[in-house]
Amino acid sequence: MTSAVSITDLHVTIAGSHVLQGVSIEVPVGGVTALLGRNGVGKTTTLRALLGLVPSTGAISVLGTDVRGWPTHRIVRLGVGYVPEDRDVFAGLTVAENLRLAERIDEPRYDDVYAIFPELAERTRQRAGTLSGGQQQMVSIARALLNGWPLLLVDEPSKGLAPRLVSELADTLERVASLATVLLVEQNLAVVRRLAERIVVLDHGEVVHAGDAVELADPELARRFLGVTGAR
Amino acid sequence: MNVFLALTFSGIALGAVYFLAASGLSLIYGLMDILNFAHGLFMTLGAYVAWDVASHLPASWGAPLLFVIALVASILGGALAAGLTEVIIIRPLYGRPIGQILVTIGLDLAVVGLLLGGFGSNSLSVPVPLWLIEASHVGGLSLPNSDFVALVAGVIVLVSLELFLRQTRYGITIRAGVENRDMVSALGINVGRAFTLVFVIGGAMAGLAGLLYAVVFSGDLISPTQGDSLLIFAFIVVVIGGLGSIRGSAVAALIVGLVQDYANFYLGSHPGMAEIGNLSVVLLLALVLEWRPRGLFGSTL
Repeated sequence: MTSAVSITDLHVTIAGSHVLQGVSIEVPVGGVTALLGRNGVGKTTTLRALLGLVPSTGAISVLGTDVRGWPTHRIVRLGVGYVPEDRDVFAGLTVAENLRLAERIDEPRYDDVYAIFPELAERTRQRAGTLSGGQQQMVSIARALLNGWPLLLVDEPSKGLAPRLVSELADTLERVASLATVLLVEQNLAVVRRLAERIVVLDHGEVVHAGDAVELADPELARRFLGVTGAR
Repeated sequence: MNVFLALTFSGIALGAVYFLAASGLSLIYGLMDILNFAHGLFMTLGAYVAWDVASHLPASWGAPLLFVIALVASILGGALAAGLTEVIIIRPLYGRPIGQILVTIGLDLAVVGLLLGGFGSNSLSVPVPLWLIEASHVGGLSLPNSDFVALVAGVIVLVSLELFLRQTRYGITIRAGVENRDMVSALGINVGRAFTLVFVIGGAMAGLAGLLYAVVFSGDLISPTQGDSLLIFAFIVVVIGGLGSIRGSAVAALIVGLVQDYANFYLGSHPGMAEIGNLSVVLLLALVLEWRPRGLFGSTL
């Protein structure tokens, strides 16, 4: 298996809008591949299609297995952790219940999770809906890490976080990336530059650039594809 | 005062039956967004299965044992009917709410028609032990024993459901599914299996409600249309309590039972007021929706 994720000619139509128009992406095993692009170009939809959360056409291979037509839970059980945009913690459930729901192996890695997020160990009985945004992000990432799975899909983890928390988050993702392949959707270019080895840029539902993350140093590329005029 | 207390007790017993009928409906809507108009059918089938089983067993087993068997049969009958309905009829229609409504209404009409054809429109009598149609004297009050049975059943189901939803993995999955179904799937959980389980649990409670309604309020008689009558009140209870809220259903069922009982007794004897109990429940629904459009307990479990 050379690719953790292989997507070929992926099309997604949502409410009559052709959101993804033939996206093809290869995510090699190991390290961080960042999926970039302006708002609304289809980054989140790509991750959701990969997980079978939206109907799609095209070929999708996850961890060496063709998952076309598979239900989401089967794809996830191949070994995929998912950190969704907006965290999507279960607000009415406690932290412990949120984590318990994510257990898919006999011996979930609570020690590892609490080593990364010691604050969660102190808040196991607190309802997730009462946590701060940063704490909810911890729960969301912890759910994805609990099973020690080889592939993580992480969607805009820094969204809405204070700058100090973004830095801590980047530290955490750096540790995570040493253990698993990460496909990262992220708008914060500083985080991307620090973590990613490869980048894939989407625009209007198509891949318009794929290459090495060092290319982000080129301000013309950042301006042309991402609408960014300076380093953030 | 004694009359008021006796009315209160019978209103609570009526509320317990409404709760049994409504809690499954609330769970099914809360988790699956399905307005299940076949829920009344599960109540009717539960009662008919109970009657069929009890009437085919030897009378020498004794009425108490036969009644216990009938109770179990009603639960199993409702659960089986609901499980089959979910797997065969509802599952292909997820994401198509209009189709779900039409097919569940159609299923209800078809099976009620079959029951009318097979058993006739006359009510059938469920065998019950003598003590069930007697009354107990408590503090100067004469309270029907059947009301105690309904009350105990309601409390057992409420406590069991709460424990199930709070303490078990499936229960936590269901509560999470009410909030965000996609995210439950994205954690590797087969939501479809949880959906079937919710239908089975809801059907089991509906079957029990169907039998207890006959025993407590219909003189031990069951009829093909009894579930549809009960379904209307179940929907009202669910809406007042808040869609998807078990505690809300319990509180709303008690309020509806009490309001209906008080209105029937204190106002129903006046000319032209025979249906005041039902009317008062509808007025209560309108008032609650005006005050709290999402019901008393919102949409959380």
